Amino acid sequence: MPKQSSEARYGFETLSIHAGAAPDPTTGARTTPIYQTTSYVFDDVDHAASLFNLQTFGNIYTRLTNPTTSVLEERVAALEGGTAALATASGHAAQLVCFHALMGPGDHIVASRKLYGGSITQIGHSFKKFAWDSTFVDPDDPKNFAKALTPKTKAIFIESLANPGGVVCDIAAIAKIAHKAGVPLVVDNTLASPYLCRPFEWGADIVIHSMTKFLGGHGNSIGGIIVEGGKFDWSATPKAYPTLTEPTASYHGLRFFETFGNMAFAVACRAVGLRDLGPAISPMNSFLILTGIETLSLRMQRHCENALAVAKFLQKHKKVSWVSYAGLAKDKYHGLAKKYLPLGAGSVFTFGVKGGYQAGVKLVENVEILSHLANIGDTRSLIIHPASTTHRQLSAEQLLAAGAGPDVVRLSIGIESVADIIHDLDQALAKT
Amino acid sequence: MDHDSYSNEYILGILKSCKTIAMVGASPHWNRPSYFAMKYLQDKGYRVIPVNPTAVGQEILGEKVYASLRDIPDRIDMVDCFRAAKAIPPLAEDAIAIGAKVLWMQLGIRNDAAARKAEAAGLKVVMNRCPKIEFGRLSGEIAWMGVNTRVISSKRQKKV
Repeated sequence: MPKQSSEARYGFETLSIHAGAAPDPTTGARTTPIYQTTSYVFDDVDHAASLFNLQTFGNIYTRLTNPTTSVLEERVAALEGGTAALATASGHAAQLVCFHALMGPGDHIVASRKLYGGSITQIGHSFKKFAWDSTFVDPDDPKNFAKALTPKTKAIFIESLANPGGVVCDIAAIAKIAHKAGVPLVVDNTLASPYLCRPFEWGADIVIHSMTKFLGGHGNSIGGIIVEGGKFDWSATPKAYPTLTEPTASYHGLRFFETFGNMAFAVACRAVGLRDLGPAISPMNSFLILTGIETLSLRMQRHCENALAVAKFLQKHKKVSWVSYAGLAKDKYHGLAKKYLPLGAGSVFTFGVKGGYQAGVKLVENVEILSHLANIGDTRSLIIHPASTTHRQLSAEQLLAAGAGPDVVRLSIGIESVADIIHDLDQALAKT
Repeated sequence: MDHDSYSNEYILGILKSCKTIAMVGASPHWNRPSYFAMKYLQDKGYRVIPVNPTAVGQEILGEKVYASLRDIPDRIDMVDCFRAAKAIPPLAEDAIAIGAKVLWMQLGIRNDAAARKAEAAGLKVVMNRCPKIEFGRLSGEIAWMGVNTRVISSKRQKKV
């Protein structure tokens, strides 16, 4: 079992509500205020220079830091057990900024091939424009990651609980492979949320979230975040990670790892990636996501409870050919789920509808409570037919590899009355 | 003493009790981390006296540079080391000799033998930390950078 940090004195629920959010120092406001401002005045010219040179801590411009967003960053860093975090405009922006700090032209990522379709496209296609190469491997056998490593590999990337297939990765085994190769393990923990899984406890080095999903939880704000674990030695292989270890010309020769130690990655992502690429989160979205996080544990408990009940119902349904939910006792990933997600296997899973592509389309068009849309991790129950929507940019071969074949329907079970969710699916299945 | 994980109280106690810091390896170059840390700590009300044999005869941020800890005429509360781990043992001896209360080693620097020696002489020891970052963390300032300060409070922020 992972060793509990001796500094972790507070429970998860307490941290969900309090981490990062002391009363406002100026007004005493107890709820974190929305600092809806672009910029912050300097005390004097010296103060401005110190801020721009990263010699002191403070706010310059909301593209870099914002007091509302800082509370959100500290909150998620605390929930994940990391040293520091950096919020971004979206989960995709988080991935872009993260890999921008790790990669240079010609460098290489080894990624699970069972990822959110948008991530496969981002890594496999858009990243190629920066000459960032990638190899996608089947995560079910961790050795596949080792086989795909090259001398240019700078990171291994997985999802703890993959979207949409309900695939659970063996994080500890993959982390060992990454560390043996001297590269960090980057884990997208969006579907599990830190309530169900904390990848740093299993050896991950960087955790990423689309906060749009369970962290925000209410389907009202787009946001992403990068969390640093603080244990990776960026200087172990000389010049492997120049953004962290070599002098940064745009900061007068500052070396991030030497100066900021176990929070250097988060500072570099902010001071270089966020500054120069620009995908800052809006303070209003930070506020909404912060409010969502206060109830994360309650929501996740209900999400998991409802999802398990719906999965069991579908398993017995005559129009359903299979259900892939790691929470089910006979599921292929149940063993890994018990290890990595002991409190529940999340609420996003897939099932096969008899009748293939056309039946999938009919089902999503006939639901009345479930919403047919391209999101997950909402209070509302959501349904989508990936082959005709989120994953339609993939080839037939990629669709199958990503667990998004023609008969696959993805559910994100919400926190409504579970009988109503089940009844709605039953009546819509009757129309397929 | 657990040098893998310091309590907030331990660090805070050191930052509150020390007023004068000797900074070994303080650089006269404004873009070096030691210069950042010295400037920041001065702004927070500490007196920081630089020790750097290669910069003797100069001033850094208005303070005379000394060749060694034993040359400093003033009373020193904390010795803050911006030096490699292998250079720490003689600095620990000097720190004990001049009656410092704290031996502090910067981020990435750890020397357990030197730490034991200093602790046996009654000094408090901190390793692999930066006093600037710790001050910023415990005063709430560094939260502006998204850092997990591990401070939870329902009281309005107080100055360190």
